[in-house]
Amino acid sequence: MSAIEFADVRVRYGKRTVLEPFSDRVGSGEWLGVIGPNGAGKSSLLRAIAGLVESGGTISIDGRNLATMSHRERATLVAYVPQEPLIPDDMTVFDYVLLGRTPYVSYFGVETGDDRRIAAEAIERLGLETFVARFLGALSGGERQRVVLARAIAQQAPVLLLDEPTSALDIGHQQQALELVTELRRHGGLTVISAMHDLTLAGSYTDRLTMLNDGAVVASGAAAEVLTAERLGEIYHVCVSVDIDDDGTVIVVPRRGSPPDPPSAPAPDPPSR
Amino acid sequence: MTDRPRDAGWFVGAGLLLAMAVLVGASIGPAGPSWWRVPLALIDHLPLISLDSGVSEQDWNVLWKIRMPRVVLGGLVGGMLSIAGASYQGVFRNPLVDPYLLGVAAGAGLGATIALTMGRGVTVGWAVDPVPVAAFVMALATVGVTYVVGSSAGGSRSGTTLVLAGIAVVSFATAMQTFILQRHNEVIREVFQWVLGRLSGATWSDVLMIAPYVVISSVVLILHRRQLDVFRIGDVEAATLGMSVARSRLVIVVTATLGTAAVVSVSGLIGFVGLVIPHVIRLVAGASYRRLLPLSLMFGATFLILADVPGRMLTDPAETPIGVVTAFIGAPFFIYLLRTKKVAS
Repeated sequence: MSAIEFADVRVRYGKRTVLEPFSDRVGSGEWLGVIGPNGAGKSSLLRAIAGLVESGGTISIDGRNLATMSHRERATLVAYVPQEPLIPDDMTVFDYVLLGRTPYVSYFGVETGDDRRIAAEAIERLGLETFVARFLGALSGGERQRVVLARAIAQQAPVLLLDEPTSALDIGHQQQALELVTELRRHGGLTVISAMHDLTLAGSYTDRLTMLNDGAVVASGAAAEVLTAERLGEIYHVCVSVDIDDDGTVIVVPRRGSPPDPPSAPAPDPPSR
Repeated sequence: MTDRPRDAGWFVGAGLLLAMAVLVGASIGPAGPSWWRVPLALIDHLPLISLDSGVSEQDWNVLWKIRMPRVVLGGLVGGMLSIAGASYQGVFRNPLVDPYLLGVAAGAGLGATIALTMGRGVTVGWAVDPVPVAAFVMALATVGVTYVVGSSAGGSRSGTTLVLAGIAVVSFATAMQTFILQRHNEVIREVFQWVLGRLSGATWSDVLMIAPYVVISSVVLILHRRQLDVFRIGDVEAATLGMSVARSRLVIVVTATLGTAAVVSVSGLIGFVGLVIPHVIRLVAGASYRRLLPLSLMFGATFLILADVPGRMLTDPAETPIGVVTAFIGAPFFIYLLRTKKVAS
């Protein structure tokens, strides 16, 4: 279990600032959902943590500054699942999950028996035993998502970053994927930070939400505090109604009608370093 | 879950095929001992073994001084081009890439052209043949220019810019070669022959010259087999797994280039092998670099040794260039494999 702390973390791409100074603390085992419209800076924040873009300020895990670590050392602390993982069709599930052990394998080395055992355990944990020798190209979207998560689990990093983990999935697979993360978090003690577009799902599954707009934090807190109809209308320029269920679940429903002033064109996320 | 027994089966099978190719290559030729005496003669010359092979001193000289260097050189060249091609395809994640991508061939061609324009009459007394030396130096220099140009535009990080820089530098080197040839058309035939590649006239000194490069490059590339598998999931994810993408790419490209430059400086530009052999292996034995790199080395060597055999027999009016033979044999075989694998899948 590891806490991650942000102190004035900022990301610039050329002269354009895509993430204004961001400070926060995500506690051990906490799941922070990062929401906001396209170009708000969600992915940039995740990429800064993963070391894929240069950033200012300090990101530290359990007091250790990530900027002072080697790529390999950082990878033992942070696992990153990108929005659209590049999945080679002609690689087997086992070989793919085994790649999660890369931070622990020396430059010219190969995996040890322990690495293979850990990969097999990750596969088992995600219920993929029957797919172990199957090629990735033969899997469905939901199965692929589980395989990518298995690779991240095999990495044994205490912090898991998920960039739009459900964007390519149907509603059933969206729920399955998020339930899986919940279970992994519960049993593995993972600290999770995820960028999410589906506000209802984000509110349901995460402990806390941070809303970004134009690179700056506009709200942070429990789902019911962050997901208000007024704020969503202002930030997303949509008509929505927000209902709170008996069990406290916040449900965001888009409504027909004239949205507030149209947004300016969203700035694209910067390319990875 | 583990593929180690299957890997061992593949490696043993590939080793046996290579040994058979060496025997076939050593046994066939317009002059020399009968084919069935060749294995006996080779065994006879092993230490501590003596048997009557029935091969005369003259035939032994044909076998040992003409055929064997040619076979070994063919093996080194084919193996090196194949393993380099597989490595290039891996680091650039591009199936259409061959070892000549960043300018090895264009640079070597330019170097050879410059050396040949000096005229054989001028260089005949030199201790070292300037053609392979010039080809080697220019091949490395051209790839060096590509890397500097590409890296200055961020190419060492993305790979794509490096490939684009390669296209530009190759075009420039080819244009220079054409310009020189236009002013020295007396060497066009010689340059053309060099471009088509040849193993004829191979000597043990050729073999000794390139063997260290091939051995070292192959070992280093095989040691990078895991990095090449990580490259398959993209630079971004490779970086998040703790791999130093730019450094690994640089080491692999430099190693593959060094070996390729060494072999083309001696053999000329033998096409097709570096592009197609890795694909053939992917189709039949899978895409994991743990298997792909050693098998590329062995199958590439086997293929070029065997491809050199028909070239020796078709000698009217001159020996058929091996580059022509590799394309004649390899292209239909590759098409066949693609079709059968497509049907099977």
